Amino acid sequence: MATTTATRVDTAEAPRPDQAPRKRRKVEPIYYLFLLPALVLFSLAITLPAIMGIFYSFTNSIGFGEWDFVGLINYQAMFSDPAIWQSYLFTFGFAAVTVVVVNVIAFLLAVGLTAKIRMKSALRAIFVIPMVISGIIIAYVFNYLFSNSVPAAGSSLGISWLSESILANPNLAWVAIVIVTAWQAIPGTLLIYIAGLLSIPGDVYEAADLDGASKLQALLKITLPLVSGYVVINIVLGFKGFLNAYDIIVGLTNGGPGTSTRSIAMTIVTGFTGGDYAYQMANATFFFLITILISLVQLRATRGRSTL
Amino acid sequence: MSTQPALVSENIQGVETLEGRLAPGGSSRRRIGHPSWTTTAVLALCSLSILIPLYVTISMAFKTTEQAVSGSAFALPAPFSVDGFREAWSLTDFPRAFTISVLVTAGSVFGTIILAAFASYAISRNWERRLFRYSFFYLLAAMFIPFPVLALAQIRLTGIVGLDNPAGVTLLHIMFQLSFSVLLFTAFLRSIPMELEESARIDGATTWQTFWKLIFPLLAPMSATVGIFAFLASWNDFMMPSLITSDPTLQTLPVVQSIFQTQFSNNYNVSFASYLMAMAPAIAVYIFTQRWVMAGVTQGAVKG
Repeated sequence: MATTTATRVDTAEAPRPDQAPRKRRKVEPIYYLFLLPALVLFSLAITLPAIMGIFYSFTNSIGFGEWDFVGLINYQAMFSDPAIWQSYLFTFGFAAVTVVVVNVIAFLLAVGLTAKIRMKSALRAIFVIPMVISGIIIAYVFNYLFSNSVPAAGSSLGISWLSESILANPNLAWVAIVIVTAWQAIPGTLLIYIAGLLSIPGDVYEAADLDGASKLQALLKITLPLVSGYVVINIVLGFKGFLNAYDIIVGLTNGGPGTSTRSIAMTIVTGFTGGDYAYQMANATFFFLITILISLVQLRATRGRSTL
Repeated sequence: MSTQPALVSENIQGVETLEGRLAPGGSSRRRIGHPSWTTTAVLALCSLSILIPLYVTISMAFKTTEQAVSGSAFALPAPFSVDGFREAWSLTDFPRAFTISVLVTAGSVFGTIILAAFASYAISRNWERRLFRYSFFYLLAAMFIPFPVLALAQIRLTGIVGLDNPAGVTLLHIMFQLSFSVLLFTAFLRSIPMELEESARIDGATTWQTFWKLIFPLLAPMSATVGIFAFLASWNDFMMPSLITSDPTLQTLPVVQSIFQTQFSNNYNVSFASYLMAMAPAIAVYIFTQRWVMAGVTQGAVKG
């Protein structure tokens, strides 16, 4: 769901800058009451934990009891920790592959679903279903299919690498995670592409048709450039969302075999039980910095494109 | 739910008429002529990748334990059995987990709509004041902070203040929905003409009355969108309740499904019956609110 979060924060988009006649009036006290609950709860539930996390990342706290400031030791240890490196490599690789798979499939489906076809609304309704199903539950369903049905099919077809569960294979388990994540993420991406495709005026295609362009040429040379703004939105939002992968991995491999599919989010929460609380706070803070960097890229990339 | 909010329906109808005329990809002759059967067939084939896992879930749920364990996943239930449901019902203590899920979800849907609508109204009507303008950007900043970053500190804080329970989960669900919802509401509030409000005030309405009698009803289509996203995020969430709620008997439906990964891992008919009962409410809501779901995703992306 988080993947649908909107992207641009820009003063130009902000509400009502034009209230000149009311300018110097006194603010009615009730407006403060309207704003206060959101501000107070938000500060306590989001801002405070964020500050607390950054603060503890410079200590040796184990989650309770006494602690001391240790400076940057947690960060130094983090960068030489193969477990941390592995989780970052896995998560970024997984997110990159998934974002490509999701966008290619969603774009092609969107082209199909906006063409003149039969049963259009029924097909659209079906393609959106995965969006409304809980990630952990669909992961459990696929877990069964990958450990039972796929190996059964593989052995009856005589394909040796398929006759064992790919979830138990350290080299292939990530493929299962990509498949299930894509299964769930395609609908949101697809709907955004449909909106993009519908915003293209039809006479563009008529002109291309008159000029003798083939369908493939029209798709690559006209459709794709015209929805490039939507492509950017989908890629950035998707990538950011996939970096937080947790539910589906827990349901499929729980980080295994070994720790080969352990994501950043899964590594961070081990800090709660594993005794390296402050250490994983440093990990979370580092991950936070990366998220902010990607968000800045996102703000730049989507500025002015959203109206396409 | 029965009355279609004006704005959304206009949007959708606009979209439908656009599609009728301007289907991309096809030549002009194509567009006037018959719909493509080839494209339809290819898409129908693709839709199997969604329908098969759902079919397996449903058919497994209605099998006997023997058939579920030994037979193919794709076979129809024979004989047809509801034992899986009966057993799943008591194993997961379904009524309790369901009630907790409903309370958490309802709380976060209503909390998100009310808190976000309140804040957005105050912000959009006092935009010239620095406090309100900065509050807007402050609330929006959370869009860039994912839960994993805050998880450890939030687990600790909720534990300290006694919110390591479904109430704390509800509060956090609301907070993580707030940014997106405030963004949608403030954009929508801009489109409501000030004259409407001014005439209400001339008639002697206070700001409180104006909000409830005039603004909040006008926000209905946006509240529907905000509410559906809050519903889906809350009903389907696993990570937050599993980490925040410390008492396992107070867990939500998605979290209690984990018992089938360990203790009862071979009673597939029971586990699939349980999965089906957990996903059915969201699918039911989707069937009735399809249009808002589809329009909402687009609004969210294009607003951004």
